[in-house]
Amino acid sequence: MTMQTPLAAAARPLQAGSPPAGWSHQHLLDLEELTAEEITLILDTAVLCKEATEGCRRKIDVLAGSAVVNLFFENSTRTKTSFSLAARRLGADVIDFSASTSSLSKGESFIDTAKNLQAMGIDAVVVRHGTPGTPHLLASHLNVGVINAGDGPHAHPTQGLLDILSIRERLGDLKGLTVGLVGDIAHSRTARSNIWGLTKLGAKVILCGPPTLVADGWRELGVEVSHDLDAILPRCDVLNLLRIQFERQHTRPFPSVREYAHLYAMNRDRLRRAKKDLVILAPGPINRGVEVTADVADCPQSLILDQVTNGLAVRMAVLWLICGGRSSTQASKAAEGRIV
Amino acid sequence: MASMLIRGGRVVDPDQGIDRVDDLLIQDGQIVAIGQSGSQPLGKVDETLDASGLIVTPGLIDMHVHLREPGREEDETIESGTRAALAGGFTSVACIPNTEPPTDTQANVEFIRQKAARADTCNVFVVGCVSRDRAGKELAEIGQLVEAGAVAFSDDGSPVYDAELMRRAFEYCRMFDKAILAHEEVLELSRGGVMHEGQVSMALGLKGMPAAAEEVMIGRDIALAEVTGGRLHVMHVSTAHGVELIRQAKRRGVQVTAEACPHHFTLTDESLRGFDSNFKMSPPLRTAADVEGIINGLVDGTIDCIATDHAPHAPEKKLLELDRAPFGILGLETAVGLCVTRLIDAGHIDWLRFVDAISRLPAQILGVNRGTLRPGAVADVTLIDPSLQWQVDVSTFASKSINSPFDGWTLKGRAVATIVAGRVKYRLPR
Repeated sequence: MTMQTPLAAAARPLQAGSPPAGWSHQHLLDLEELTAEEITLILDTAVLCKEATEGCRRKIDVLAGSAVVNLFFENSTRTKTSFSLAARRLGADVIDFSASTSSLSKGESFIDTAKNLQAMGIDAVVVRHGTPGTPHLLASHLNVGVINAGDGPHAHPTQGLLDILSIRERLGDLKGLTVGLVGDIAHSRTARSNIWGLTKLGAKVILCGPPTLVADGWRELGVEVSHDLDAILPRCDVLNLLRIQFERQHTRPFPSVREYAHLYAMNRDRLRRAKKDLVILAPGPINRGVEVTADVADCPQSLILDQVTNGLAVRMAVLWLICGGRSSTQASKAAEGRIV
Repeated sequence: MASMLIRGGRVVDPDQGIDRVDDLLIQDGQIVAIGQSGSQPLGKVDETLDASGLIVTPGLIDMHVHLREPGREEDETIESGTRAALAGGFTSVACIPNTEPPTDTQANVEFIRQKAARADTCNVFVVGCVSRDRAGKELAEIGQLVEAGAVAFSDDGSPVYDAELMRRAFEYCRMFDKAILAHEEVLELSRGGVMHEGQVSMALGLKGMPAAAEEVMIGRDIALAEVTGGRLHVMHVSTAHGVELIRQAKRRGVQVTAEACPHHFTLTDESLRGFDSNFKMSPPLRTAADVEGIINGLVDGTIDCIATDHAPHAPEKKLLELDRAPFGILGLETAVGLCVTRLIDAGHIDWLRFVDAISRLPAQILGVNRGTLRPGAVADVTLIDPSLQWQVDVSTFASKSINSPFDGWTLKGRAVATIVAGRVKYRLPR
């Protein structure tokens, strides 16, 4: 058989190994540091990866021989699995490193731990940590690529990217769209990464939640702040429903879950008053009955499961751009070495 | 004993209202005279220092220094901390009692004084704990601590949380005419915080410490000082509104004084954008408006003093995630440079006011016989080169620690000689 499917055609250039041109960063620490063009490059690369792997189900060996370490200091199921699978789909070796079973529990500092891993010849560290800035600290002490998989409430760039990719798939160009981020903005790294990514791509962002979770100061970043979901609902093309992060709070930011759900949960009734083609995202894990009712979470407008697939695609793209660029420069350096 | 003539420097002594080029004669560890006439026995002077082009001031006093010993000698010792003081131009420091164990007994005060005597560097004035074991439950034996030589009282590192205990402390200290040096913080508002709560903390997702956490406690302590007639000294004021509260209290005649740290009139919370723990201290770096408020407070005298809150931490402790890294930065060896660069050269204050803030008033608040060049006074003298440009290099610091956010900065103004009781204890290497 010589007939080629479009998918196989798309896959062919990927086998060559070097990622699309235009990426110049050693690390991915947050979306704030990227331009609109760089964000679009990651999204386009993600689409390429998704197609080449037939919806993220097959392997392409563009990162064969690379090694990626998952360095997770906070619990995570989906993000860690997603990064692991993404790396394996690209042919890289993956090492999962759990903080609780390592030398860290013997008192070693995490920088020493990371330097030891680096000495073993890895290409990238995917790090999740409860403290903002920890990936940045790591990046300033390591030569390998550092990918931020969530640093406390600060940034979760791949989550922001996968949210944006999911919106783009369903609604096209982000420019001019109105996206409501609802819920625990104060403690949400997803919110911050969405704000940077969306505004850079020309979307209008509305933050919505009680004043204890959505401070007025956010306006200075060029976003709208509202405490009334029903008032902003008819204007939104997209709603991203953020989980209440009880674990990051000393005192409850609202009187009861019941009252919160009454004011901010996305339910059938609110769905009826929204735009017909409103798109609903939730970064998960979702608390059914708190930020979203079960029927809405499972309705056709919900992209919750598309987000998971796109998460894989985005993480493949990021790993490829960061490790692929690295191995090709290393390869060319090695080649130069031989010539000289 | 020896005599020394410091010749031709610009002598700045706010205690006598002097700011003129003149000679200073020291004999047997005491100031003998200022002026050509006083330096009569010129032929017999043992040592002459040429101070032309230099500022000659009463020895600088840093009333807020963490020497860490006993308990945390990996961060600093009494010897290394006082050497850092000398290198920064300070002839005296007041050491804060949050050591391990805290300075809450006569024996602990005695330990520090003996160690300081053995180090034979600068004067160390001991601040005792307000509460036993610094636990905030009951008063420490303040009378005994005074007998042992404590000059003031503080639970710094923590606020005195129980308002009634604070009230008792104010009342009890009146008997000895000692000030309470207060760390002002409402812990419920600041807990978990690593930086100022504001626009920057919001964007970085870092837990903030709101200005109100400091201001509410300043308000409480002003009210308690007012009702008891006690002496409140507000440590490390960092907010513009905090300055305003103190300004109003002073107008009402409350016995309140205050200090500000060089980092609080130099840096803002924007510095945290790089997530560097050398910018983490308590109270935190605030906003540009707060920096302005602090400077205005120093200009109009609402803030009496400049103190550094020198807080050394060993490098491995600072090289941690931002929430695990401890609060605090070095201050002793950069204070003069920051004051000259940020306050004097910038035109905010003159040399008289500077010396007032960093020598005369600290001495007065602590009740120690320093901070003056009057004949008969102990000859603690600092010589400052006001135009010397230098680059901060933590690897050359006398301190055991290197946690200064100013590493690599170019500053103007530096102490070139530090004289304690008539003996030159430090000279800037040429």
